Amino acid sequence: MLRRKRWLFAILAILPTLAIFAWLRMYPIFETLRLSLHKWDILSKNKPFIGLANFQELLKDRLFHEALLNTTIIAFGVLIITIPTAMVLAALIHYRTRSRVSGFYETAIFLPHVVSLVPAAMAWKWIFDARLGPLNAVLTFFGFEPQAWLFDPTLSIISVIVLCSWQALGYAVLIYLVGFKSLPVSLFEAAKLDGASGPQSFWFLSMPMLKPITLYVSVVTLVSGFNVYAQAFVLASDAQGAPGRQVRVLVLDMLENSFRNYRVGYAASEAVVLLLIVLVLTLIQFSLLRERGRA
Amino acid sequence: MSANPSSNPGGKRRRIRKMLVDRGIDVVLLVFSLLMLLPLVFLVSNGFKTPQEMLAWPPTIIPANPTIDNFAAVLQGTPLLRWIFNSIAFAVLSTLAILATSSIAGYILAKFRYRSLNVIFALVLATAIVPFEVYMIPLYFQAQSLGILNSLWGLLLGYLVMSFGIFLIRQNVIHSIPDELLEAARIDGAGELWIFFRIVLPLLRGALGALGVLAFFQAWTAFAWPMIVATNREAYTIEVGLALFQTGFTVDLGRLSAASALVLIPSISLFVILRRNFVQGVASTGLKE
Repeated sequence: MLRRKRWLFAILAILPTLAIFAWLRMYPIFETLRLSLHKWDILSKNKPFIGLANFQELLKDRLFHEALLNTTIIAFGVLIITIPTAMVLAALIHYRTRSRVSGFYETAIFLPHVVSLVPAAMAWKWIFDARLGPLNAVLTFFGFEPQAWLFDPTLSIISVIVLCSWQALGYAVLIYLVGFKSLPVSLFEAAKLDGASGPQSFWFLSMPMLKPITLYVSVVTLVSGFNVYAQAFVLASDAQGAPGRQVRVLVLDMLENSFRNYRVGYAASEAVVLLLIVLVLTLIQFSLLRERGRA
Repeated sequence: MSANPSSNPGGKRRRIRKMLVDRGIDVVLLVFSLLMLLPLVFLVSNGFKTPQEMLAWPPTIIPANPTIDNFAAVLQGTPLLRWIFNSIAFAVLSTLAILATSSIAGYILAKFRYRSLNVIFALVLATAIVPFEVYMIPLYFQAQSLGILNSLWGLLLGYLVMSFGIFLIRQNVIHSIPDELLEAARIDGAGELWIFFRIVLPLLRGALGALGVLAFFQAWTAFAWPMIVATNREAYTIEVGLALFQTGFTVDLGRLSAASALVLIPSISLFVILRRNFVQGVASTGLKE
């Protein structure tokens, strides 16, 4: 009787949350999968089933290819900049953890991660601005050619990578700091007694032991890199209003197909591709972690 | 370390070396921290500059003749305050909804062991992997059929629950609330609701604080969802308002910076005040195991 009552309480208490989950998460996820196999132009009532035709069209779609390529470059670019930098910074901050200013370091490096994205992107737009921006002024000062950062096809992607890395770094440093704090102190003392230098124990002890954290941060960074949108959107127009070069990314291409070209089914098939990428990355993470667990 | 360093010249040299290394690391970290902050500092300072000073090289950090013209122009030319209000209302309501759903669901999933609940937990776990961007288009049509596009409720629709919040609370309940405590309360005749409100919630205060800050900033910085849901000027959040405002052709950099600074200053202050909570929350995202 009592057991039955407790079970009832548990079910009743979790029901509202479960209902919201079913309604606002599971259903739209299912809809994305379903729509990707249908043709739907918003206006017409019927949505004919067309099998994998959307995906076949994606294979030939130049704009989609460009978006996929740009997004992949951005995601891996951010990864390559962020992970090593974050690891070294976290090691240095951890080393100086007892100094009075370590709180300042943490806050300063973390702040770009929390400030609103658009205002922060605005600051970078000014930095990259071809005529007014300090970046070109610095380049000219050192005798380099000024560059059209936001217009050149390659440079505009680099600009997005720089902006995203600036934002992603704080998160990675924070997670690494948690990792460093969890490492056994005795091990490092033993290494020190054996004459290992700071950089040596970083390279031979910390780095291998922090592998699970590196894996986790890498996957998180990559996944958020593949979802990049706002940064590309804001950097795309230059400060004086003249439209800059649009860095086409997956989410942008998807939204354009859905709301500008009214091809919702097609956009859904792009969303499915995004989902597959994220699933593969997550599976790689889990299988690598499990391998470690066995070893 | 050695017991008597002063009698040992090697130890003294080593100490001096250590001090030099420490100072060197401090310099590196200090320079790096300042570089990270520099874009934001310039943004705020640009907001106070006259158009002439904006063009000056090298850019000044403290404006020579600070002016508030940019701020006045922005506040007059755009419904900036309205956008800020929308963002705050959206973020506060989203935070409340996430705190409520996460605390109840997290507690139930941690302390009640039934097979049906395991299935529910597996489902929550599975949806957590899927990025919001993947299903936001169908979600948009759900909001449309409810007739809540361009409203606070439409914004809220995407931000009522947070899978990570449920994990976080579940982890916390498992680690910090012993079964014995709940059993003792039950033996004393306490009802399940009383236990949740009087025993569990107070013990979760720290975790809920961290989650609350996380949820608030998540909504405050949301971009793609508000961008598609809010299409009329009055319904924009501050992020969308600014992003679209900057694509206008007549906008100059001083005004843009002023508008951005107006948005940045409150969120930076809030972050500095709530830093402990925030860091705790974010740090726990990395400790899922």
